[in-house]
Amino acid sequence: MEKVAIIGVGYTKYDRNSPLTFAEMVFEATSKAIEDAGISKDDVDNIVSASSDFWDGRTISSMAISDASNAFGKDITTVEGDGTFAALYGMMRILSGSFGVTIVCAHHKGTESSMNGITNCTFDPLVERRLGLDAVSSAALQARRYMNKYGLLEEQFALVSVKNHGNALRNPLSLLPMEITVDDVMNSRKIADPLKLLDCSPVTDGACTLVLAAERFAKKMTTNKKRVWLKGVGHCADAFRLGDRDLADTRALKSAAKRAFTMAGIDDPRKEIDFAEVYDAFSYMEPLWLEGLGICDDGMGCEYLERGYFDFGGKLPVNPSGGRLSANPVQAAGLYAMAEAVTQLRGKAGKHQVRGAETALVHGINGMCGQSHCVWVLGK
Amino acid sequence: MPSWKDNVDVIVHEGKISVPYSWTVGSTLSRFYCELRDNGKIWGNRCPSCGKVFVPPKIKCLDCYEDLHDWIALPGTGTLETYTVVRYEEPVLHPRKAPFVYGIIKMDEADTGLVHFIGGVGPEQVKVGMRVEAVFEGKREGNILDIKHFRPIK
Repeated sequence: MEKVAIIGVGYTKYDRNSPLTFAEMVFEATSKAIEDAGISKDDVDNIVSASSDFWDGRTISSMAISDASNAFGKDITTVEGDGTFAALYGMMRILSGSFGVTIVCAHHKGTESSMNGITNCTFDPLVERRLGLDAVSSAALQARRYMNKYGLLEEQFALVSVKNHGNALRNPLSLLPMEITVDDVMNSRKIADPLKLLDCSPVTDGACTLVLAAERFAKKMTTNKKRVWLKGVGHCADAFRLGDRDLADTRALKSAAKRAFTMAGIDDPRKEIDFAEVYDAFSYMEPLWLEGLGICDDGMGCEYLERGYFDFGGKLPVNPSGGRLSANPVQAAGLYAMAEAVTQLRGKAGKHQVRGAETALVHGINGMCGQSHCVWVLGK
Repeated sequence: MPSWKDNVDVIVHEGKISVPYSWTVGSTLSRFYCELRDNGKIWGNRCPSCGKVFVPPKIKCLDCYEDLHDWIALPGTGTLETYTVVRYEEPVLHPRKAPFVYGIIKMDEADTGLVHFIGGVGPEQVKVGMRVEAVFEGKREGNILDIKHFRPIK
């Protein structure tokens, strides 16, 4: 099978109440990605975008960013959801043989609308939507279930927030770099027990673009130092209704991770992954998903965390960028994580560079409480 | 280099999208809601292949993808699997004033959980594993809010 590489990345700085329209943000990210790849806009033959019509307040919102994403006179298609899934679609388009160089872009302007109102609309209008559930309250139900299943404490989840906001101090891109303590998290405003303000990611604006290329183009267009290979990918969805799942069971993620590792030829992710960008929109999610990813056994994520295993200087640094807790442009979050992995693997991450990074794990989710997962293995 | 953009007074246009919908509830959930509205009963349906009972009822079994024709009345009791005390106000979204409690109730004689309000108890007294029962509204309209909440069984 032909390989696919990421040959260019571009993004806006994370922002709140950005003075840019979402199309202007996509212009900036895409121009930077094309420049980073060192190619011409005419080398690109198709675009895959990730966005949410509800968040943009427009239907078929990809049409609104077609000029911005360099789609004029080309083909553009859209994924409603996280950017990791758009990257998967982009890779599949290349592997189909129909396309050679693909732009994958994602944008999110959370500060223009209402997070609770829009995530409430994710729920079935015939059942749960009427109860007023949203992303935060449903995550709180998952957090409590996870605590109860394995006897975990809120203080342990708080450590994720302390670590990731601390990591953000080394990342100039980040929105919320903070030196905080477990007490700061525990004493922050209660949102939906057991979640407090500092357990939750901030509403964020941002756009990110990747340039993907088939091996035959990637090798012609870029140098070895620039390109990063998509080595493995897997995705899997669980049941839609929260009550149809055990919210502390990561069966969909386990399946996605297994597929990604098999494709990448990874036998033992604990030994072969150098760092991971894991979806941490809420603090408790990081250890839960690390268990699903096979980095530690079920119920053991918090213990590893306490031992410093996932610290920036630890055995397997997790979210060295600062994670989604430090900036979370929802649909674009997964693409930013992939861009971060590319920067790390190029050895260009500056103060937050993970030493000797050769193989990266990136994880994105779609749907409430991680209904669907996309797992990537990227390598040099 | 300074850019002309630095001196622009960027304007914000306020907007609101309000679009009416008439959502068809479908035969499966309509039957569920009619039982709730007319008889104050919570019904589930069972997979003929694996025997799993779903509430709210489903069109097909998650695991077997079999049609679910076999309807059963549930006792309306269950065990609280998880809960959260919601502390923030969303007057348009929330049918209750904060603080209030959402829970997932593992329903007796069913294999799934039902998400709903936990009431008749102070938020600080709610515990995982608590036995609860459904309390129905007096005036019912055929939707999920016909169940007022689940309260602890005394």
